[in-house]
Amino acid sequence: MKRTRFVFSGSGGQGVITAAIILAEAAVLYENLNAVQTQVYGAAARGGSTRSEVIISDSEIFYPKVTQPNVLVCLTQEAYNKFSRILRPGGILITDTRHVQTERVDAVQKELPMYQTVMDKIGKPIVFNICMLGAVIGLTGIVRIESVMKVLEKQISPNFIEMNRQALNLGLKLSESVQT
Amino acid sequence: MKGIVKFVQGNEACVEGALYAGLDFFAGYPITPSTEIAEHLAFRLPKAGGKFIQMEDEIASMCAIVGASLTGRKVMTATSGPGFSLMQEALGYAIMTEIPCVIVNVQRGGPSTGIPTHVSQGDVNQTRWGTHGDHSIIALTASNNQDVFAMTVEAFNISETYRTPVVLLFDEVVGHMRERLVLPQKGEIPIVERLRTSVKAGVDYHPYLPREDGRLPMSDFGGVHRYNVTGLYHDMWGFPSDDPGVVHGLIRHLVDKIENRTSQLARFKDFYTEDAEFLLISYGSAARSARHIVERRHRRGEKFGLLELMTLWPFPYDLVKQKAAGARYIVVVEMNTGQICQSVRLAVDRPERVFLANRIDGVLINPTDIQRMLHVIGGKGV
Repeated sequence: MKRTRFVFSGSGGQGVITAAIILAEAAVLYENLNAVQTQVYGAAARGGSTRSEVIISDSEIFYPKVTQPNVLVCLTQEAYNKFSRILRPGGILITDTRHVQTERVDAVQKELPMYQTVMDKIGKPIVFNICMLGAVIGLTGIVRIESVMKVLEKQISPNFIEMNRQALNLGLKLSESVQT
Repeated sequence: MKGIVKFVQGNEACVEGALYAGLDFFAGYPITPSTEIAEHLAFRLPKAGGKFIQMEDEIASMCAIVGASLTGRKVMTATSGPGFSLMQEALGYAIMTEIPCVIVNVQRGGPSTGIPTHVSQGDVNQTRWGTHGDHSIIALTASNNQDVFAMTVEAFNISETYRTPVVLLFDEVVGHMRERLVLPQKGEIPIVERLRTSVKAGVDYHPYLPREDGRLPMSDFGGVHRYNVTGLYHDMWGFPSDDPGVVHGLIRHLVDKIENRTSQLARFKDFYTEDAEFLLISYGSAARSARHIVERRHRRGEKFGLLELMTLWPFPYDLVKQKAAGARYIVVVEMNTGQICQSVRLAVDRPERVFLANRIDGVLINPTDIQRMLHVIGGKGV
């Protein structure tokens, strides 16, 4: 049975929840997979630490939360400090080089300069989360890039599509650069 | 089921169900975790030709939908615990005056303002007995988007059929979780429309005179008939009465029209219950964790079954008794101090077999929690 559990964490405003929803929606609408997305819903708003969870599976999903993710994304130091220990042994830890200093954990560590690349190549931090999504897809192969693009095309104004496509591809390329 | 596939929150699934059922009037006051229902309806309902009003509070919201229903609209409001408390008075009025309406309570932790953004199933008994006086109530629930949609449509249908308020008792996890929803095509699920009187204008209309089949046809208030509506005990003209025969007849009618149909109204799902040694009984988001355990143990060849209740009130005593007959242990999984557990104990023979597996800390009960409790119940320690 194929079942992957993701936790996306970062700070409010970075778009980690949006990225999680886009991934899960792509899986359900365009890959014919099951997906459930939840988020820790509290007083945290912009600047606070946020966490969103996604389970993607080819079978029915009952318990909707993620206690031990196979894939953990941390976009801030605070999120990393808080959540790094919940990662399933042997899972993938994806962090942003600029924001997070990691220690050795029992996981496949992928430290990617996502923020820096987005700033250098696009210059707009708003698509940092989409770049991250590109890296997640590159490292896991969980859905096709085209499926994510279809979700984006449905949800965002045509003027911003190209920027998002570029960010997604930057993430994908970054992930390829660290593949062993 | 073929139809448009969506990836939405449970609260949006409720909105889709309400629109499918023909909702055309919503009045409400936003409150976490039900807010998305009002948010989406504010956008969708006017486009569908209906009216959306944001009221000053939940008392007014409930009064507004009761009034609008009387004029012929299909109505709904949505709230959470604190708002549901404020709605109790007008809820009783709708029961007494037999005005169809749907009230959604997306449960959060209480009492009082409690824990607004976290899950609970603490309003089960409030739903049953929140408004004063003897009465009966119908409450439905669901654990996934497809069922949220289906139960919302059911709520409107039942409400119109029996002229009574129906409460949709969801919870924070179900309301906020996003997953697949397949929208049924038009006509795929039958819709019960308002039963209107055939009495012509200028002819006396008796608002509480039942037809031969027991149903009470309505006349849109403000339309062609003049009639009285009151929260007092009333006769077939709708005028107050303290005649013991009238009072007795009305309260019996209000209670019996629901309680006598308990089996008919029982919506549920069962999984491997036939020969279950451990029977889990659950509902709402807790049922997802219960199902997780039951599927896993069943795969291992162990005799685990799940009865997922979707009608909570009127409580399906006979159904529970029958499903539990052969079970050695009956474990009620819920997120309160045992509100449905209490009813299960009343329903089954040898109630000492009934155990409660719960969590009351604002966190969704998880399969490990249930597993640990099953070990204890089975005498294996932790």
